[in-house]
Amino acid sequence: MKYALLLYDTEGEGPEFGTPEMDAEMQQWFDYTEALEAAGRHLGGEALNPTATATTVRVRDGKTITADGPFAETKETLGGFYLIEADDLDEAIEWAAKIPIAPHGSVEIRPIMEIPG
Amino acid sequence: MLLHETGSLELAEDAVSEAFVEASVRWRTAGAPRRPGAWLLTTARRKAIDQIRRSRRFEDRLPQLVDDPPEHRGETLGDEQLALIAGCAHPALDAEAQVALTLRYVCGLTTDQIARSFMVPSETMKKRLTRAKHKISAAGVPFEVPPHDRLADRLAAICGVIYAVFSEGYASSVGPDLVRGSLCDEAVWLSELLCDLAPDDAEVHALAGLILLTDARRAARIDDDGLPVLLEDQDRSTWDRSKIDRGLARLARSETLGRVGPYFLLGSIAGLHAHARSIDDTPWARIAGLYGALIALNDTPVLRLNQAAAVAWSEGPITGLTLIDELGDRLVDYPYFHSSRAALLARAGQPVAAAAAYDRAIELTDNDAERRWMVHRRAAVLTADRRSVRPVEAGHETSQDRRNVDSHQS
Repeated sequence: MKYALLLYDTEGEGPEFGTPEMDAEMQQWFDYTEALEAAGRHLGGEALNPTATATTVRVRDGKTITADGPFAETKETLGGFYLIEADDLDEAIEWAAKIPIAPHGSVEIRPIMEIPG
Repeated sequence: MLLHETGSLELAEDAVSEAFVEASVRWRTAGAPRRPGAWLLTTARRKAIDQIRRSRRFEDRLPQLVDDPPEHRGETLGDEQLALIAGCAHPALDAEAQVALTLRYVCGLTTDQIARSFMVPSETMKKRLTRAKHKISAAGVPFEVPPHDRLADRLAAICGVIYAVFSEGYASSVGPDLVRGSLCDEAVWLSELLCDLAPDDAEVHALAGLILLTDARRAARIDDDGLPVLLEDQDRSTWDRSKIDRGLARLARSETLGRVGPYFLLGSIAGLHAHARSIDDTPWARIAGLYGALIALNDTPVLRLNQAAAVAWSEGPITGLTLIDELGDRLVDYPYFHSSRAALLARAGQPVAAAAAYDRAIELTDNDAERRWMVHRRAAVLTADRRSVRPVEAGHETSQDRRNVDSHQS
């Protein structure tokens, strides 16, 4: 099965760029992604720029309405995602628990909808 | 007769021989029952039903839950049963759904029966089960024997579900009936089944011990008017000795497995009550100590309330009241806080304060039988019939306690 692992965390609480702490954190992400790839479970994934750069778009009565900011103002925001292959939810949970933000943020596991046919 | 009911000669013979084995053990200790033939048949019928539930019903359960049941899910029937229970009690499912799925697919109750047990409309229960089944299939909830490194955690989750079933049956927090026996029966059955499936887990055996020892008091716990009977007022000769013996054996087995968890501590408290001939013969200081050990594992105000009730028996109502009053901030909306306080105030010779505390408890409880009982107690306090006023059952584990215990199981 395919799962999206959606990574939520509080923005702006991580280490500054260029610091040794940041380098160490980046290494954790590289290691994690490499482990996913080595296991043949990595289908994709990206980190997102902060919500300050977000634009929300709606079309109402044929008109496109744009607004500054994310869809919902929440303390923890969507900061990135992985797309993985796993045998079942237990395996997806295992991979989610190893993501570097799991100890302070949250990982939402969403199964990818299979469209029949 | 049994052959006709079970439809299997082998099953009927097995059941009868098991009934004879049980008779040879029980009749030696408890004496022969008044109608031994009827006793044997009842026991054999129970054993046969147990057999059927343990084997045949499982075969067709999994395909009802999963579109494509895995081939390799287990080597033996026991593995298949464990896989089914582990899936129904998967922590990724909603807690109420875990209970409903377990009763529906492990115990084989109908959706209507489960709805009635939880006093919700059938339609609500049907939706709950449908939603859960949809998640199982869409999210890929596995129905497999949990791998070794996760087994203890998953067994703890299963224990939590079984305990929730028992709590709901034994001390239901809503509705007119105080004890909904069929849920207690299902919990006893599930907890003993889990002992067979996971024979090396200390807490699994402890849970079965706790449930059996508590359930042994079921008949004594409610009077003819459906009102609760306090531990000190219960007719201990009506406690179910067979369940006590089974419960104590489970606790002893748990002890040999080494790990001391919350179910073992709660079970040990129930075991001390089972051994005691009367309320005064009860080792209250030891019980207070066991609550202390539970509090060390998971400090909750409800456990502290139970500990205070035990201390009140060993050291007197004033000491108990001092401990209880420290919990006031955290338990202000908890009915048993006020009823426990009321009982101790009455024992300490303060009937007016006791009546006021009962008023608060009456306001807060949503169980009809308990409300009627508290009204009755309040009246007894004010008529100054001091002898009938005794503190609330110490170790009176409410469903709230159980949830608190469960909360550190994960």
